[in-house]
Amino acid sequence: MACPQTKATAYAVVLLSGTSHALRAEKVLQQAGIVCKLIPVPRHLSSDCGVCLRIAQGDAEAARTALAAARVEVAAIQML
Amino acid sequence: MIYLDNAATSWPKPPEVAQAMVHYLNEVGANPGRSGHRLSIAAARIIYDAREVVAGLLGAPDPLRVVWTANVTEALNMALAGVLRPGDHALTSSMEHNSMMRPLRALERQGVELTVLPCDEQGRLDPAAVEQAIRPNTALIALNHASNVVGTLLPVAEVGRIARRRGLLFLVDTAQTAGAYPIDMEAAGIDLLAFTGHKALLGPMGTGGLVFGRRVDLARWQLLKRGGTGSRSEQEEQPAFLPDMGESGTPNAVGIAGLLAGVRYVAQRGVAAIREHEMALTGRLTAGLRAIPSVTVYGSGIAAEQTATVSFNIAGLEPSEVGQRLDEEHDIMCRPGLHCAPAAHRTIGTFPAGTVRLGLGVLSTAEDVDGALQAVARLAQEVR
Repeated sequence: MACPQTKATAYAVVLLSGTSHALRAEKVLQQAGIVCKLIPVPRHLSSDCGVCLRIAQGDAEAARTALAAARVEVAAIQML
Repeated sequence: MIYLDNAATSWPKPPEVAQAMVHYLNEVGANPGRSGHRLSIAAARIIYDAREVVAGLLGAPDPLRVVWTANVTEALNMALAGVLRPGDHALTSSMEHNSMMRPLRALERQGVELTVLPCDEQGRLDPAAVEQAIRPNTALIALNHASNVVGTLLPVAEVGRIARRRGLLFLVDTAQTAGAYPIDMEAAGIDLLAFTGHKALLGPMGTGGLVFGRRVDLARWQLLKRGGTGSRSEQEEQPAFLPDMGESGTPNAVGIAGLLAGVRYVAQRGVAAIREHEMALTGRLTAGLRAIPSVTVYGSGIAAEQTATVSFNIAGLEPSEVGQRLDEEHDIMCRPGLHCAPAAHRTIGTFPAGTVRLGLGVLSTAEDVDGALQAVARLAQEVR
């Protein structure tokens, strides 16, 4: 199921190519030990009707590395 | 009742399949990938998990390269139209089902060159003949993994090596093998793998898919269908990434939920163990049929060289009559006729009358086989 919600106050979101990619990315981040949560894409970031992954800002680089290693294409990582 | 029509669709299904579908309809229900609310995400997780188990079972390079379709026919149409353009040359075999042959013949009328490689009377294909038929404009080799008429396995790994060496794309129709015979898409050099969910993967009808290997050039891909994907909604152009590129419109989520349960059952039992079970039953069935005077068994008759599908005829009886009498007098379900594969029947010498086909499955038993053998022996005896 979903990653436990992080207690960090400063968040980033990982934007991906649609829901299937977001679910794949969620598994990759879980396996890398990165806390994440699937949330609807914030309206100010994209007009997409899908979901993205919220992570702690401090995990942004680790998330980028883990997703690249798993060949999951990341559209953007945005600070909230 | 003895159900021996598993080559058409598997039945019964493990009870988990119906349970998963009921759960989806009653507890999940939402449209996957179309919203961020928790029911939509729960639905999307089921669809995603099904991609993962299918990818794992078939040796696919990435679960995101599994594209859902309504059935293997749609997957084959998608693949053939996706790759082939007028002026291209394609290679196929004389043992194909019409799901491969008809779209290829239609493309031929549009200017695609087609070579249908002859198989021998047992349905076997010589890999050297494939290599010899390659032309400078050959773009695709398209083969079934196993015949739906006689179960004969085609030399997919050998042809995959040829395709890799010659830089050609290789499409394989695994309708008769996915779930029943070990498949490793990457190791076998398969670039496009079409599968059905409702046969040996034990899912419901209305499920299937096309798995894209990494050598497929998505920029050159010609789509059959475009529409809503739940992604890139601001754009009026189709997304250019998998799986969304190939999955327009609301999917058969309840069917895929059932398929997920079916594939998990297959994975738990293990394809190798299922193969062992079916091979033993196939050997028993073939030997028993051959021992009945006036029965002709088609194909190699060697269980190791075929799936658990066996075709036969009784001298002096039409296949349709045998099928009807097995049903009405012996409570046995089979499939007589041409099995949507006229080319295959021409190859094995049974066109236009066809054969009687018995399709065993993972849940078939030795008692089922023995019951069928007794019934066939009785019918054969009555005709003499």
